[in-house]
Amino acid sequence: MPASSANLSELPAGPNVKGKLSRDDLIMRGGMAVIALYLIVTLALPLYTMLSKSFSTYQFQLSQYEFQVSDEDGIFDGTIVSGTDLNNKTGAYELTDLSTGSDGRLGVTAFFLDFSFRSPVHYQLRNTVEGGRFLVGSTLYDDTQWLELDSNTFRRVQLRPVQARGIDNFINYFSTPALFNSIKNSLWISLLSTLVTVSLAFWFAYALNRSCMRFKGLFRLIAMAPILVPSLLPGIALVYLFGNQGMLKELLFGASIYGPIGIVIGSVFFTFPHAFLIITTALAISDGRLYEAASSLRASPWRTFWTVTIPGARYGLISAAFVVFNLVITDFGLPKVIGGQFNVLAVDIYKQVIGQQNFEMGAVVSVILIIPAIFAFIIDRLVQSKQISSLTARSVPYQPKPDRRTDAIFLIYCSFVGLFIIGMLAVCQFAALVKFWPYDLSLSLNNYQFDKMDGGGWGAYFNSIKLGLLTAVAGTAIVFFGAYLVEKSNGFFLGRAAFQMIAMLPMAIPGMVLGLAYIFFFNNPSNPLHAIYGTMAILVVCTVTHFYTVSHLTAVTALKQMDREFESVSASLKQPTLKLFSRVTVPVCLPSVLDISIYLFINAMTTVSAVVFLYSPKTALASIAVLNMDDAGDIAPAAAMGMMIFYTNAAARIIHLFISKGVLARTQAWRTR
Amino acid sequence: MTQENASSEIYLSIDNLWKVFGSFIALKDITLDINEGEFVCFLGPSGCGKTTLLRAIAGLDLQTKGTVMQDGKDVSNLPPSERDFGIVFQSYALFPNLTINKNIAFGLENAGRSKLEITDRVRELLQLVGLPDQGQKYPAQLSGGQQQRIALARAIATNPGLLLLDEPLSALDAKVRVHLRHEIKELQRKLGVTTVMVTHDQEEALSMADRIVVMNHGIIEQVGSPTEIYREPANLFVADFIGEMNQIKSTVLNGSRLSIGETTFACHSHNFDDDMLVVAAIRPEDIIPHEEGYVSDAENGNCIEVLLQEMEFLGSFWRCHLQNNKFGISGLMADFSINAIRRLKLLKGKDMVIELPADRLMAFDRPEVD
Ligand SMILES: Nc1ncnc2c1ncn2[C@@H]1O[C@H](COP(=O)(O)OP(=O)(O)OP(=O)(O)O)[C@@H](O)[C@H]1O
Ligand SMILES: [Mg+2]
Repeated sequence: MPASSANLSELPAGPNVKGKLSRDDLIMRGGMAVIALYLIVTLALPLYTMLSKSFSTYQFQLSQYEFQVSDEDGIFDGTIVSGTDLNNKTGAYELTDLSTGSDGRLGVTAFFLDFSFRSPVHYQLRNTVEGGRFLVGSTLYDDTQWLELDSNTFRRVQLRPVQARGIDNFINYFSTPALFNSIKNSLWISLLSTLVTVSLAFWFAYALNRSCMRFKGLFRLIAMAPILVPSLLPGIALVYLFGNQGMLKELLFGASIYGPIGIVIGSVFFTFPHAFLIITTALAISDGRLYEAASSLRASPWRTFWTVTIPGARYGLISAAFVVFNLVITDFGLPKVIGGQFNVLAVDIYKQVIGQQNFEMGAVVSVILIIPAIFAFIIDRLVQSKQISSLTARSVPYQPKPDRRTDAIFLIYCSFVGLFIIGMLAVCQFAALVKFWPYDLSLSLNNYQFDKMDGGGWGAYFNSIKLGLLTAVAGTAIVFFGAYLVEKSNGFFLGRAAFQMIAMLPMAIPGMVLGLAYIFFFNNPSNPLHAIYGTMAILVVCTVTHFYTVSHLTAVTALKQMDREFESVSASLKQPTLKLFSRVTVPVCLPSVLDISIYLFINAMTTVSAVVFLYSPKTALASIAVLNMDDAGDIAPAAAMGMMIFYTNAAARIIHLFISKGVLARTQAWRTR
Repeated sequence: MTQENASSEIYLSIDNLWKVFGSFIALKDITLDINEGEFVCFLGPSGCGKTTLLRAIAGLDLQTKGTVMQDGKDVSNLPPSERDFGIVFQSYALFPNLTINKNIAFGLENAGRSKLEITDRVRELLQLVGLPDQGQKYPAQLSGGQQQRIALARAIATNPGLLLLDEPLSALDAKVRVHLRHEIKELQRKLGVTTVMVTHDQEEALSMADRIVVMNHGIIEQVGSPTEIYREPANLFVADFIGEMNQIKSTVLNGSRLSIGETTFACHSHNFDDDMLVVAAIRPEDIIPHEEGYVSDAENGNCIEVLLQEMEFLGSFWRCHLQNNKFGISGLMADFSINAIRRLKLLKGKDMVIELPADRLMAFDRPEVD
């Protein structure tokens, strides 16, 4: 009788065997708890605070105030009127005037039509409930005592709003066309950019994978270049090319680059490498045997393309589309530079928070921006898991055959795309080096005197490098150790599953949203972590969290390739797991560890969106300096700083390459037989 | 099959052990004692729970119910690091970035040994597994068989009381496998360490084990020495799983006789009642060939006439397919020595007589119809 058909009820009564935890188990669970706590504090709690902020409303509660007015001699006749009655009688404020933000203030003289600050009339007012509040000058009154004031002082009375929960902010948002139009704007430029980028990247990847074109290595390099610069750099290049004094302005036939056109072109530039990478992977793994089958069936190339290539790459295409969509809709730097009057969600958050100090509305826009981002993220995850399962170990890589005509066409195509990418960078570099575009094109280094401009100067540049290094070191340590703990600890399934979920969350959270959430959470004086607000530490924490997911997935992939019995062997030899971790796991995974650090470094150098809310004058960053100098009209220095970021990242990549090749050759001698 | 090491002292005792994965019962009420110094093999088809049982013994995957006693101590809920065993996995799990020396020394560190002691012990172990000058290499620079021996050296480095081997040979090619079988067995004998090996290769189990535990679907079908398991299988599963076995539907007749087709045969003693439907079973090599027309002198001759339908030369013997429609026996398989074939002038298509020795003709429960 097979045991599998046995019934669970046959199990003997009594409790199940409960394992005693070893010291290593405790250490690993403790470590996992610490890193989970890190993610909760740096991600979950700030987001929660932001969400609750979007539902918190501020109202002037006129019913909570009472007034008395004296005659010319200062004698009160005992008549008491409530604020509500006064407003009804005078019609001083509309209902919408009474909703406000946390800093809202409302004067009261409008309730008294014959008010004059020179009049001898005295006024009395009081709160009818404890905690109702009004200011006289800067003194707050929140008890229910009557307060008598002369006319001149009464002028300085201001009512303060009461906080409540509700969807008023959202109602307010959707009844303001200037705001909700951004949803439509954001969606359509994201869709259009996605369509263009994915099409361009597909043919580029196709040329590199499926033709015998020359210079493939060079094109691969060029395609990845945009990753090294902040997303606002293409915006600056476009200003020089097509802006009011642009050299190619005529090509637009009167249309303005400031707006959707600029955003779409710039978005194509900075999302291209992401799409290219995903599609190229999808094409590289498709099975060469299918092509042999197709050609043995004498299928035409066109037919083969539609029945073999596209289905084989479809998951890659879908995934690339969602990644690009997500990047564009959450991007802030580019539309800030080139968007002009064209409003998009990410910039709205900035304008609400920095421009109008309306934090609640900033939170509302953030919540709205999260929705498409999370949606795109979930679909991408689903698709990626499909792609992995469709891979078989027996697949044979496709070997392209030379064909002069198609190879030539692809070479021309790739040259155009390459020219576009290099061109944008070259324009920035050129603009940075000339004296005064377009009137004096002689070369000078004037634009590199950052210390003479607003934005943080060279200090900002060195701050960025510091941030990059700190993020790379701290982030790699946290991410890799966290991934190790979830991958290799025993039991505790619920905890580990929860950890995996939290680790995926940052990818779905737009940088602007994360930054704003950090303001709400860390800039609260009652938060014990308030101390890190305005320091380099919060920038590091924010950047590590912002780029956690991709790093985590890289680490998990590397760890999954390790024999899962290493831990068992080590335990049987009575050695601490941490010894195994440092002596075997880390050295074997060193290539991935280095990949994670360079990824974090480059992103820390280029990121704008999250940190734009969090830097202080002392911790200004290069990428922010680009933004601020551009804002101040110092476009050439902005381009110069942007290119500094590019060269720094390129150098970092080269150093990374050397370390990977050089040091690894020594420590990883075991890889070769 | 010597048992010179194995004392009758019980070293490992598994009691009413269950393992459940979700709603799937992988091990069902396993009870088993293993003596000190004994070499025991868990043998069974894929998925029967061998590895699960081994991992429960090691504490790598705790059992759901039941106890494990090792060396008189209840270790049922202890983590692996607090138990006393060495283990070799099918993948060997050698640390790829450490040299062979460092791999073997891994478990020797942090235990109060001096550097010199460790170096000496590593050298001694390399000598023991016959790879004295490979210490500076990395695992990837060794052949599969060599890696296997290093894994073994690492596992026994700390002198564990119990050695656990999970399919240690299955990743190797056939020739190396046979060679290493012998070496592992030799080493185990020399060290006298109680050893449990998981395998699904019956030849491996038969040639190495002092005792074999035959498992199927999460239960133990039979425990016994290789000869016992082979010659006296407890049931049809064991009989069929180990070696070759002819199976013929038959009925029990007056105690120790079986009726097959229209003939009756004397058989090995059994506990079945008369008229029970059973399976008669005999191994191909137990069938004795006679020339055509042979008549037995004995009363219980157990002889029948068959047609030699097919002959297949397998090197040391001939595998013969025998046919007898008249007696209702179809497709009997027999292994005859080359000698016998020559002596009896047997040829394909000829008639002959075979004898089914009564003490080799066994009766088993008929399995339920699939
Ligand atoms: N972690 C697990 N979760 C669920 N089921 C499991 C798990 N581990 C093992 N099983 C199931 O328990 C049964 C026994 O598995 P086990 O690995 O012990 O088999 P085995 O006898 O070692 O087989 P093989 O010879 O293939 O290694 C199998 O049906 C397997 O699918
Ligand atoms: Mg197994």
